[in-house]
Amino acid sequence: MKQLWLTAKLDIVESLRARWFQIYTLVFGGIVALLFLFGLTESRVLGFIGLSRLLVTYIQLTMAILPIFVLITTVRSVAGDREAGVFEYLLSLPVSLAAWFWGKILGRYIVIFVPVFAAMLGAVLYAVVAGIEVPWGMFGYYTALLAVMAACFLGIGMLISAVARSTDVAQGAAFLVWLTLLLFLDLILLGVMIQGKVAPEVAVTIALANPLQVFRTAALALFDPQLIVLGPSAFVILDLFGALGYKIFALAYPAAIGVGAATLGYFLFRRGDLP
Amino acid sequence: MIRFHNVAKTFRRARVLDGIDLEIGLGERVALIGSNGAGKTTLIRCLLGEYTHDGSVTIEGQSPRSERTTVLGKIGFVPQLPPPLRMPVGQLIHFSASLCRSDPQRILDLAKRLGLDVDSVMSRQFVRLSGGMKQKLLIAIALGRSARVLVLDEPAANLDPEARKIFFELLAERAESATMLISSHRLNEVSTLVNRVVELDMGKVVLDDRVADDVSLTGKLDCRISVKRPEPAFAKAMASWNFTDLGDGLDWTGKVAGPDRLRFMGMASRYVAVIDHISLTEVEG
Repeated sequence: MKQLWLTAKLDIVESLRARWFQIYTLVFGGIVALLFLFGLTESRVLGFIGLSRLLVTYIQLTMAILPIFVLITTVRSVAGDREAGVFEYLLSLPVSLAAWFWGKILGRYIVIFVPVFAAMLGAVLYAVVAGIEVPWGMFGYYTALLAVMAACFLGIGMLISAVARSTDVAQGAAFLVWLTLLLFLDLILLGVMIQGKVAPEVAVTIALANPLQVFRTAALALFDPQLIVLGPSAFVILDLFGALGYKIFALAYPAAIGVGAATLGYFLFRRGDLP
Repeated sequence: MIRFHNVAKTFRRARVLDGIDLEIGLGERVALIGSNGAGKTTLIRCLLGEYTHDGSVTIEGQSPRSERTTVLGKIGFVPQLPPPLRMPVGQLIHFSASLCRSDPQRILDLAKRLGLDVDSVMSRQFVRLSGGMKQKLLIAIALGRSARVLVLDEPAANLDPEARKIFFELLAERAESATMLISSHRLNEVSTLVNRVVELDMGKVVLDDRVADDVSLTGKLDCRISVKRPEPAFAKAMASWNFTDLGDGLDWTGKVAGPDRLRFMGMASRYVAVIDHISLTEVEG
């Protein structure tokens, strides 16, 4: 446990001094600052809706940015450290491979989740101070969604880092994964369905296998519980899960992907050459 | 102590290690030499449990791969190229000391002995230190614990003569209690530090020779050197070896660490055209 925490702390300190982290923090802090400006203006007229809309817009933007940010920075720094000889030196110290790998994940998770959460928390705290009503249920669920999203893509990033032997290959693979998930968002599937080549149930199942789509639908479900904007797909989803069931699925499934990918990454890392 | 049995390693189709059989006993100081691509670094990484390989590597009967924490707790390692760590020096010291269950103060004391002003760089990022400072710190971390095996990859390459002298003394203090594996491209860099030479070529051991242990690690040589005329470049070189000018840049005197004599002679050979007189006398053993 001590080794795990030491490794996590090491990764946090290394990340805090890295340029990617500064940009990452700036991006999410900047988004909230900009959105808050608009949300605040609106809230003077519409009350709590201002903050709700801010949170909705924030999570939509986060869903677009966070996955690729987490994937690229994770594979870049892990594969980069391996290439630069950091692994060669630090893994010559008596640290167990489990403590090293999971400690690195823990440290990195803290580093990627805290700025995203802090930006949202900042907005909520400001709302509390300014007397704007805070939609606590929405805030709580969005926090959980962000936490799961970070875990999901961090796990995938660590798996790619364990497999790829160079930074270039790792970056290319991470980009490809993100692009594939993006291509299988519902718009493309709807197109395929329209052409009549795939049964609607199959298209919806494929869409629901895509963590990006799962997050997107879950975020929508919070202010549109019947998922009217999704059209006929909503029937399949709600029949299959129910409203509460889908909310739970949207947290459990991506978390399972993240943990599963990280676990597979750990076994591959442990089995192969370390540096 | 250390046993390599039929160790082989292949990267894609390239066989980098080809059936290495070696036994290294306690107290042996082995120079691992060979040209680039001979397999030195790969062999070291197998010893550190970082590479998977065919055959077996054991230290006191234990595998560095399957019993990592126990085995690596006995190894002090200095890499050839310092890792580009962004963490502050103080944190690196505490991180290593915590993992190795050693006292950080011991590392600090050793770093100071090597001439590193640790207090002034404690909060500086490791990557921002000079090459020599990084090397001193990594040596202090490797020696600052009760390691039974020291694996040193070109350890003194970036050290100034004074630090090299102290480094040799530190190695001498561990000579009886530790086994040392010192890797280098050139034998003359390490020949006086070791009592056994193993040369690798194309992944095979092509030379395994025990050498006379004539040169004491703590020995020093009194040196006196005179030149025909003052030469600024020569004076600068002498100053880097902490030699004293006895007058007008013509006569110089100073001490050279025993294991450093070849290196010193190599430096002096560059000024052979102006050297009038040179003498080296062993004063301590």
